[in-house]
Amino acid sequence: MTTILKTEHLHKVYRLGSLRRNVSIQALNDVNLTVESDEPAIVSIVGESGSGKTTLARVILRLVEPTAGKAMVYDHTVAGKGIKPAKREFLSMVQPVFQNPFESFSRYRTIDSYLFETATRVKGLEKAGASEAVGEALASVGLEYSDVRGKYPNQFSGGELQRMSIARALIARPRMLVADEPVSMIDASRRMTIINLFLSLKQEYKTSILYITHDLATAYYISDYIAVMNRGNIVEFGAAKQVLSDPQHAYTRLLLDSIPTLKHKWVRQA
Amino acid sequence: MNLSLLERDSNATATGTLLKRKTPRLNLRLKLGIAILAFFVIGSLVLPFFTSVNPSQQATYLKNLPMSGQHLLGTNALGQDIFWFLVFAVRNSLILGVTVSLCITVISTLMGLSAGYLGGWYERIIMLVVDAFITIPVFPILIVLSALVRGSPSFILIGLVLVVFGWAWGARTVRSMALSLREQEFVNMARFSGATTFDIITRELLPYTFSYIVVNFINTILFAINMEAALAVIGLSNVQVPTLGSILFWALNYNALLIGQLSWIVAPIVATVLLFLGLFLTSTGYNELSATRRGVA
Amino acid sequence: MIRLNNIVATYTTQRGSINAVDGVSLEIPDGIILGIAGESGCGKSTLMKVIYGDVVSPLSLSAGSVEYGFRDERGGEVTGRNIRRYWFRRISYIPQSSMSSLNPVVRISRQFVDFLEPAKNKAKVLEEVRAYVKQLDLPPEAIDAYPHQLSGGMRQRIMVALATFFQPDIILADEPTTALDVVVQKSILLLLMELQEKMRNTIILVSHDMGVHYQATHRMLVMYAARAVEYGDSEAIFSRPLHPYTRMLIDSLPTIGDDHARQGVPGRPPSLWEPLQGCRFAARCPLATEVCRQQEPALTEYRPGHFAACHYANQQAREQPLQVSEVRP
Repeated sequence: MTTILKTEHLHKVYRLGSLRRNVSIQALNDVNLTVESDEPAIVSIVGESGSGKTTLARVILRLVEPTAGKAMVYDHTVAGKGIKPAKREFLSMVQPVFQNPFESFSRYRTIDSYLFETATRVKGLEKAGASEAVGEALASVGLEYSDVRGKYPNQFSGGELQRMSIARALIARPRMLVADEPVSMIDASRRMTIINLFLSLKQEYKTSILYITHDLATAYYISDYIAVMNRGNIVEFGAAKQVLSDPQHAYTRLLLDSIPTLKHKWVRQA
Repeated sequence: MNLSLLERDSNATATGTLLKRKTPRLNLRLKLGIAILAFFVIGSLVLPFFTSVNPSQQATYLKNLPMSGQHLLGTNALGQDIFWFLVFAVRNSLILGVTVSLCITVISTLMGLSAGYLGGWYERIIMLVVDAFITIPVFPILIVLSALVRGSPSFILIGLVLVVFGWAWGARTVRSMALSLREQEFVNMARFSGATTFDIITRELLPYTFSYIVVNFINTILFAINMEAALAVIGLSNVQVPTLGSILFWALNYNALLIGQLSWIVAPIVATVLLFLGLFLTSTGYNELSATRRGVA
Repeated sequence: MIRLNNIVATYTTQRGSINAVDGVSLEIPDGIILGIAGESGCGKSTLMKVIYGDVVSPLSLSAGSVEYGFRDERGGEVTGRNIRRYWFRRISYIPQSSMSSLNPVVRISRQFVDFLEPAKNKAKVLEEVRAYVKQLDLPPEAIDAYPHQLSGGMRQRIMVALATFFQPDIILADEPTTALDVVVQKSILLLLMELQEKMRNTIILVSHDMGVHYQATHRMLVMYAARAVEYGDSEAIFSRPLHPYTRMLIDSLPTIGDDHARQGVPGRPPSLWEPLQGCRFAARCPLATEVCRQQEPALTEYRPGHFAACHYANQQAREQPLQVSEVRP
């Protein structure tokens, strides 16, 4: 069994406030997560705001340094207190998809310049090979290079930008794609296009996906494993279908109960 | 995975947002400012080719001649043609101003962006230096300097002092812009695309600070010309070389008003005011333009 | 009864004008929660603004009118132009983001006073407010706090308190729970439903989340590209949607415990800048025929109280689900 993701004693404390009155926020509180799977898997981290799920993603992406502990992806240590992996190696292990597609690209650069740059710098391809890689990645997310070439972010919709963001990440052939609430800023009617894309990419590119979300329904739909977080702790973890059909922890039950589902109406107190 | 043709129609959105880059429509202020500057720049750069006389050479002509076809602004008490002296003065002031401003802008931008983006000890040291220089007033330094050089410092020296003491302000502002920019998601995107620190500073951060830099550049030209002119008027610059300040120095020293050679003192004042007006209008006009483009105004 | 008579709301910019709402006519019965659903850009927020009477440049009402169904103190008509005077008293508005609606440097108590009774006895007003917010599950100390000291859920409850204090006839809520977590969302929605039952007034709720509509609304309006495409009882719409867009919207949502493959609605809405012909959904509709592309279907009553704008609505009712869904292993 391969350990696709493992975190050991991850802590993250934020100290806010002034000299006299300061507040510590425990964003991650001794997070120990181990996900083992022979096949590439989609692991969802679900929780509400303040649960620590975004902090966890940002720690793994090395955008935030943890106060203690470390994180490993496919047995490579990618993040941790005082840990600095080699740049190229890291970029081939982990790649992000951010929440806000409109802020993911600079207004002053063409989108394909980011993809091209990823191909040449992370993958080390030459110009011709890089162009091919970009075209292939865009095709796998349902876009044509000719439609994208030379265009700026303001010429695309949120869904298209997000797909291009995913294409860019794929060029690097990461072992794990870390998607931080990738569809929360996309219209509800168009979310499934992206969600289904994650599913097919798992098959096609053999990349595992860490899917951060507050939307249990989409998490149920694509995940192999689910971790439920609350206040910096993982309160429940297991196979997705299992956790959501037979939740053990009270908080998971509360979450499930609160979803505006189409299956039955909420029970109201008299 | 091939989605329908509809997905490819990326030029249409239901809310009709602005899709293509359009060339900006210049506002009146900017047009006026550029017109004035163009007048001065072209005039001062092109006209010198049409005269073979060195305007700073004294006693070339008869003294204190009135305005005429031969001497557009008359001659002064030193026997120089006022008009040609003024043309060269504008040219020299502009050259000094632009050069100094260019140096200041480059230095302050690089320092500010790198300090803001990299943070840590590097930032702290740079900000310490910046804060020190901001508090030191540059004009007294220039006065002390020229006293040390016995009253006639070269333009290179003046320019150098202006640059050394002038880059701090811009650096501070650019650094605070960099502080907020580095938190933007697209910077992270660039990092994950393999960009180096230099790439990020030049390709991700710099474009977002561009409009500030342009405005700062223009304002610094104003600052530099102003400083030099102020020095010259009190006689502490190289007054042999025609600049806007030195022309005023001579005019004041020879009491142009009293002897009735009004054009000698009035012309440079009008020229200076107009030049500064041109710079100001261009600077604020551009600011307005970039604000509307951002959708702020 | 609120009547919307052929509302056409236009945004005028340097580039030209665009009809964000293009001819919507409806009758909204009193005492219900009406949900407005549709993707971004469909015109639902603009329609809300028109109903609220918040029509300021560049937005203008090019045609149509709103009849509110109540009269003013002197028995005169209340129209879109003088509805402003009745803000908070007979019609109020709950915005999406409470954080941008509350003044961050002013205590909540003062904001209540500012909104509700600017001229009268402040102490008395505050007393009443404190008593009222207790009913909304808020600690009375919340009134003395600054907005940033309260959680998002509490702030939104404050907004609900503000909006319902005078028990207005109409409450407009524009995505009131979108920025909130799912647990808090449920409590706010239940609160709104409870208040509506007590006050027997009309709530118009905009949301992009069909689940919210299913749980909280009695009737629903589905909008697409500035037009109304379906209107009817929520239960009826969810059990038997008549318009293909509605069906695709409902079908695209994953549900826990349900292993059917789902698909997003492909394509994008048409650009409102271009002149449009025929049914606006035709380009994305699997059932579209030449008739659809030439002739725009009118909003027709196919069943009592259930309207749809589709040439094939009748057939919809009898047919199989739009997509053949495979059960995933």
